[in-house]
Amino acid sequence: MTLNPYIQSFDDGREPALETLGGKGASLVSMTAAGMPVPPGFVVTTASFDAFVHEAGITEHVHTLLEGLDAEDVAEVDRVSAAIREDLCSRPVPESARAAVVEAYATLMEACGGEVPVAVRSSATAEDLPDASFAGQQDTYLWLTGREAVTEHIRKCWASLYTSRAIIYRLKNDIPNEGLSMAVVVQKMVNARVAGVAITMNPANGDRSKLTIDASWGVGEMVVSGQVTPDNILMDKITLQVVAEHVGDKHAELVPDPVSQSLVEREVPAERADIRCLTDAELTAVARMAKRAEKHYKCPQDIEWALDADLPDGENLLLLQSRPETVHSNGKGTAGQAAAQPTPATPAAPGGFDLSSITSSLTGIGK
Amino acid sequence: MTAKKSFPKPSELPVPAGAEGWEKLYPYYLTFQEKRKDEDDAKFWFCDSQHWPTVFKPFETIGGEFAVKCLGQYNARHLMIPNANGIEFRVHLGYLYMSPIPVPEQEIAARVPEFQARVGHYFQNWDTLLEQWKRKVRGTIDEMETLEFKPLPDMVSMEDITSGTAKDGTEVLLENYDRLIQLAYQNWQYHFEFLNLGYIAYLDFFNYCKEVFPDIPDQSIATMVQGVDMELFRPDDELKALATLAVELGLQSHFARPDDVEATLGAIGAADGGQRWLDRWAEAQDPWFNFTVGNGFYGHDKYWNEHLDIPLGYIADYIRRLDEGQTIMRPTAELVAEKDRIVEEYRELLDGDQLAAFDAKRSLAATAYPYVENHNFYIEHWTMGVFWRKVRELSRTLHGYGFWEHEDDLLYLRRNEVRDVLFDLATGWGVGAPSGPVGPDYWPEIIAERTALVAALKTARPAAALNTPPASITEPFTRMLWGITTEQVESWLGAGEEGTEGVLKGMAASPGVVEGVARVIMDSDDLAQIQQDEILVAPVTAPSWGPVFGKIKATVTDIGGMMSHAAIVCREYALPAVTGTGSASTSIVTGQRLRVDGTKGTVTILDGPNAAPQVAGPGAHSHQHPHGTPETAAEGEPAHV
Repeated sequence: MTLNPYIQSFDDGREPALETLGGKGASLVSMTAAGMPVPPGFVVTTASFDAFVHEAGITEHVHTLLEGLDAEDVAEVDRVSAAIREDLCSRPVPESARAAVVEAYATLMEACGGEVPVAVRSSATAEDLPDASFAGQQDTYLWLTGREAVTEHIRKCWASLYTSRAIIYRLKNDIPNEGLSMAVVVQKMVNARVAGVAITMNPANGDRSKLTIDASWGVGEMVVSGQVTPDNILMDKITLQVVAEHVGDKHAELVPDPVSQSLVEREVPAERADIRCLTDAELTAVARMAKRAEKHYKCPQDIEWALDADLPDGENLLLLQSRPETVHSNGKGTAGQAAAQPTPATPAAPGGFDLSSITSSLTGIGK
Repeated sequence: MTAKKSFPKPSELPVPAGAEGWEKLYPYYLTFQEKRKDEDDAKFWFCDSQHWPTVFKPFETIGGEFAVKCLGQYNARHLMIPNANGIEFRVHLGYLYMSPIPVPEQEIAARVPEFQARVGHYFQNWDTLLEQWKRKVRGTIDEMETLEFKPLPDMVSMEDITSGTAKDGTEVLLENYDRLIQLAYQNWQYHFEFLNLGYIAYLDFFNYCKEVFPDIPDQSIATMVQGVDMELFRPDDELKALATLAVELGLQSHFARPDDVEATLGAIGAADGGQRWLDRWAEAQDPWFNFTVGNGFYGHDKYWNEHLDIPLGYIADYIRRLDEGQTIMRPTAELVAEKDRIVEEYRELLDGDQLAAFDAKRSLAATAYPYVENHNFYIEHWTMGVFWRKVRELSRTLHGYGFWEHEDDLLYLRRNEVRDVLFDLATGWGVGAPSGPVGPDYWPEIIAERTALVAALKTARPAAALNTPPASITEPFTRMLWGITTEQVESWLGAGEEGTEGVLKGMAASPGVVEGVARVIMDSDDLAQIQQDEILVAPVTAPSWGPVFGKIKATVTDIGGMMSHAAIVCREYALPAVTGTGSASTSIVTGQRLRVDGTKGTVTILDGPNAAPQVAGPGAHSHQHPHGTPETAAEGEPAHV
């Protein structure tokens, strides 16, 4: 497949360039590349937006409207904003850019095993928008189904570049209107079959050589809010051997319902309620992903993950969130924090060994 | 806590039909004595079927006696281990039971300075002392090789007359027999000179890991100190090299009938390049074919250098696999890389004093620990190979004088009775008595009776243990070597009462999960039955089974801990292993499908009458509880024979 300048799939291997993908898009691409698979999707790059405004010939018109605009004149800003957005939503999109989106969307749906709901999000490039540092959260449209709905909302994201708030922000900060652009993220809505959290340490004692996983059926909210007792598994972080596990009583699950576009709670059948909801292979996969997140962010992580019901085995584990683990990792003690009696710093004997500790272990001292 | 459950008392075990009076097979000090009954019944004894899986013939107690006695002397008399003396042992109904001896609380402190001085000496001079050890052990073996047990001449030679020797040669038989026993005893003393130390260093690192990484799996610790390329694997590596050379030289067609050694070697010698292969074959034999398919403790153990069909058969199998494009070498590079990764990732979690202590302890354990594996070649295989060969030579000679019906019947005599036989021969032959020694009219009847007794004892398996176990078994040597943990003992006691039917639990000895068809091997003679990709199920394995490990998918044993041979070899071959299940070889039958989970320590029987019930859903089979917290201190002894 040739790589299209208008579209960048999260996993097509291209560099996560902020200027073409925007903050949100670049972040999703770089996480995917680092082995932290976010829900699959693609970015409609700034090239697509640029081609659109260029071909539509509206660049001049937009500049004319914005020229001499007074940030304090809110009514006038609102009028200009509405006019520009009307323009952006009514002009035809160049065929090549449109075809690229259509093809990427079809490919994504195929990978998801059929037509499933997606989210469409704007992804601004740096400085152009007030909340750019929050990776373009300006517009997010959830539960979109079908090609038309997706293309329509991509356009809405483009238009969000000219909301009144955005225009005023640029005016006040002397940000020029030339060269403005916008990327848009199209991403699968997570359909969690099993979900939970993972912490890259043992939160009970701060032991960093362990990793804990909580897992339950459906989406993770019930685990987080404590409405079910999840399966709790303690693993060795280095060898991924299960050190201890407790299978919880998972009587209920929350599952996404595309029709009502919300989560619905349902009872878990008895035969599933008290068996572990992760296979050994899935458990290992969650643990490996958590380790990669820790390595990527260089500190202990607390991640949220899900196994997606629509995606094939091996591609269905998704990382929903990764944040630093804050309870223990600020303390000094790392692995040794858990030790009841930290070893006193006894000088080593010439042979490089500490005879006193050998002796103490064979006398029962410190038992 | 409910009422404490117990194992049977020795007196409560039924004597198998036909084995009545079995006690006379063994010397008095090896059997439980009536006058010591109360004292002995108050102790907990566990059966060491790891090293002695089958009934002792009278002569064969020598290995058990020397090994366990010498093990104990290093704790109790050489190293003065502060809290651990040796292990008492008894033979009951033909099997060996052991009971660790703690040091009384009030005596522990006084032993500490002695212990530190002695252990310190060894750890500071490890390499030179170990070099010296090898020379001592080789010296013993070399001397043992010189001992001869030839038939006596019709008359003293003229040379002995003229030289004034003035002896008839019977004294040589007597001396050589005594010397043979003494030399075996000597190498068994040497055997433990470093072994207990290897375990001490290992346990120190073990305890430190458990301190800084609570709940660290035992497997991780073992992996961090285990050698990857060891002398113990050398015999198997030699066979692989010979197979590779045969393929290089195009000699494959001559290995069709490896059971016919003479014809096979003859055909190879006649082939182009065959002489080069034969030279390599001869070179490999000394010393690496001093290797037994057993474990060195039984007179019936077969050694490669006396049964060349065994190594030839393994080579033929390797050749077949090479021709099929398989890889026969162990994944050494991968194992080293994985070991390095594991060490490095644990190290990354430490800093400062903790990192320094971790490095120092790991380094000591990694230096000392390989002995624990490598010594096995020098003693169990090499020394005992020569020893049993000499014993058979003597037995054949005495058989020639009519003492017994079968060549190897000497094994039915206690070792001190053999001295009587030798003096009987010296007298009968020396005086020129027309019917020779008296023994031929005395021993056959006794040997027939003893043969029947041994056969009757073999119809019963040993009890896992005797009497009431202590509240918890925290002694790490016992746990590490024999796989005897509090949970394990509880599961033996609760067998058939709780737990899921069709699921056996044991030590998670080597990681990985596989499914496959079981092959139950009760005797090393049946090793040839193993087919490609089967799962080996056995009471215990020997390191010399190496060649079959390249062929199987996983191993399950009844007995053995994290450092048992099956565990070590399986980690070396990157195969899953579950050891110390207690009863796998009797509850699984050949042909059943199994799932072996060497990461969790479970074996699930997937089909047949005793299969595990089907439970739907992922992870349905797993209901595990945390392992017992690690032992931080020992009230026992390093134990490995």
